Amino acid sequence: MTAMLNVKDLRAYYGQVQALHGLEFALNEGSMTTLLGANGAGKTTTLRAICNMIRSTGSIEFEGKNLGNASTENIVRLGIAHVPQGRGTFTTLTVEENLQLGAITRKDTKAIASDIDRMYDHFPVLKQRYLQQAGTLSGGEQQMLAVARALMLRPKLMLLDEPSFGLAPLVVRDLFGILGKINREDKVSILVVEQNAKLALELADKAYVIETGRIVMSGSANEIANNEDVRKSYLGY
Amino acid sequence: MELFTNQVLAGIATGAIYACMALAVVMIYQAIDHLNFAQGEMAMFSTFVAWQLMQWGLPYWVAFVLTLVFSFIGGVVIERLLFKPLAKAPVLTHVAGFIALFAIINSVAGLLWDFTIKQFPSPFGSSPFLGSQLISTHQAGMIFVTLILLVLLFGFFRYTRVGLAMRAAASMPESARLVGINTGWMIALGWGMAAAIGSIAGMLIAPVVFLEPNMMGGVLIYGFAAAVVGGLSSPLGAVVGGFLVGIFENLVGTYIPGVGNELKLPIALALIITVLVVKPNGLFGRAIVKRV
Repeated sequence: MTAMLNVKDLRAYYGQVQALHGLEFALNEGSMTTLLGANGAGKTTTLRAICNMIRSTGSIEFEGKNLGNASTENIVRLGIAHVPQGRGTFTTLTVEENLQLGAITRKDTKAIASDIDRMYDHFPVLKQRYLQQAGTLSGGEQQMLAVARALMLRPKLMLLDEPSFGLAPLVVRDLFGILGKINREDKVSILVVEQNAKLALELADKAYVIETGRIVMSGSANEIANNEDVRKSYLGY
Repeated sequence: MELFTNQVLAGIATGAIYACMALAVVMIYQAIDHLNFAQGEMAMFSTFVAWQLMQWGLPYWVAFVLTLVFSFIGGVVIERLLFKPLAKAPVLTHVAGFIALFAIINSVAGLLWDFTIKQFPSPFGSSPFLGSQLISTHQAGMIFVTLILLVLLFGFFRYTRVGLAMRAAASMPESARLVGINTGWMIALGWGMAAAIGSIAGMLIAPVVFLEPNMMGGVLIYGFAAAVVGGLSSPLGAVVGGFLVGIFENLVGTYIPGVGNELKLPIALALIITVLVVKPNGLFGRAIVKRV
């Protein structure tokens, strides 16, 4: 299998501070890969570097093409949807406008309309609130909206930054169920960054563990889940 | 009572001026989240361009359209040259930029066309409108054009994808980039549109106040007041605010002794402050609900 996303020697900086120290990982087409790590390990930074939202060096290849210095919006146009930490909701706009914006780079207006209906099937709660200002949704609803908005791009690859953050456990289960379905049925490859390692490892097929800006372990989700150190540090048993 | 109705009518007539300018103010606010203090000067400069074109013998509407195009391009160019490099600078830097722009445009207009006042023609004529001595056909035409602009703007923001992208880029630039919007060009487009709307305002105002480099000073402050009263995020609010400010200004001038023409300008400022204290989102601005 060829790697859809291939990251090599990635170094990223916040001002003078180096946050990533030569990160290397790959993501196969159709896979759901997870990056695990403690607070401050560099998970979010990795996602931000992929979308060129911070200064970084090294090589990031997407479908065999080096992203180089492409701007964030042009990287998105290649089919990489990024659900950022804090969800990136357009809080002053309505739910439906948020979904429209997810597809703003697409030209096929008819398909967009049917995709919005599909999102309402995936997330019925959004349909009930389609004219509501998105900022008034609950945290869980906003996360659903963020995922739906990302899917409106019809992405090939979806980057998810801590989708479980701040959500009730039941809502998190729901959300991950939907993500699994999207991955299998819509063939969207997913790179998910999570602190909730247990859940992420259940769903993912491949996992990497990041510590202080380096990959310290990689393998199938199963191997990682059964690794003694990971169990102690991240799974807590 | 007749005095009252007359003053209200006259207020609506002047209000159209403010409404038109307020539309330009709202437009730029939508795009960059700031007020552009040089907006009035840009409009004045555009009006001079129209005047110059007519001096060279072009008919009114040809000059009108060419001026719109010139203003749109000019707005985009100003953004690209001056404000794009400042994109990450703090607000005060932008304010300094606006003031510099104000001074530069004002002086250049003075240099090119000097400071004597000039007549500017009205496409609507200046005979009494429907036999009324209070509203001329020009003022009626101006109200009409303002309302058309309002409908166009409303439709643009509400029903077009570019309009939606613009609103998104203004409210959440980082999220906008993450859905693939080129926020830089959205801002430039906002500048272009605001400049074009401002040029329409200028061309409509010039027959009333006469054309000269300082013609927009007071008007812009009333335009700000109108936009604040109506709500900076709402084109409809800007227009309603414009008429309200015009009416209010006239009534206060008539009924409160001591407020002659000289004290009318402070009324605009008092209005701005009162609205910001009592109802910060204005009459029509959408309250932004934030969950904490």
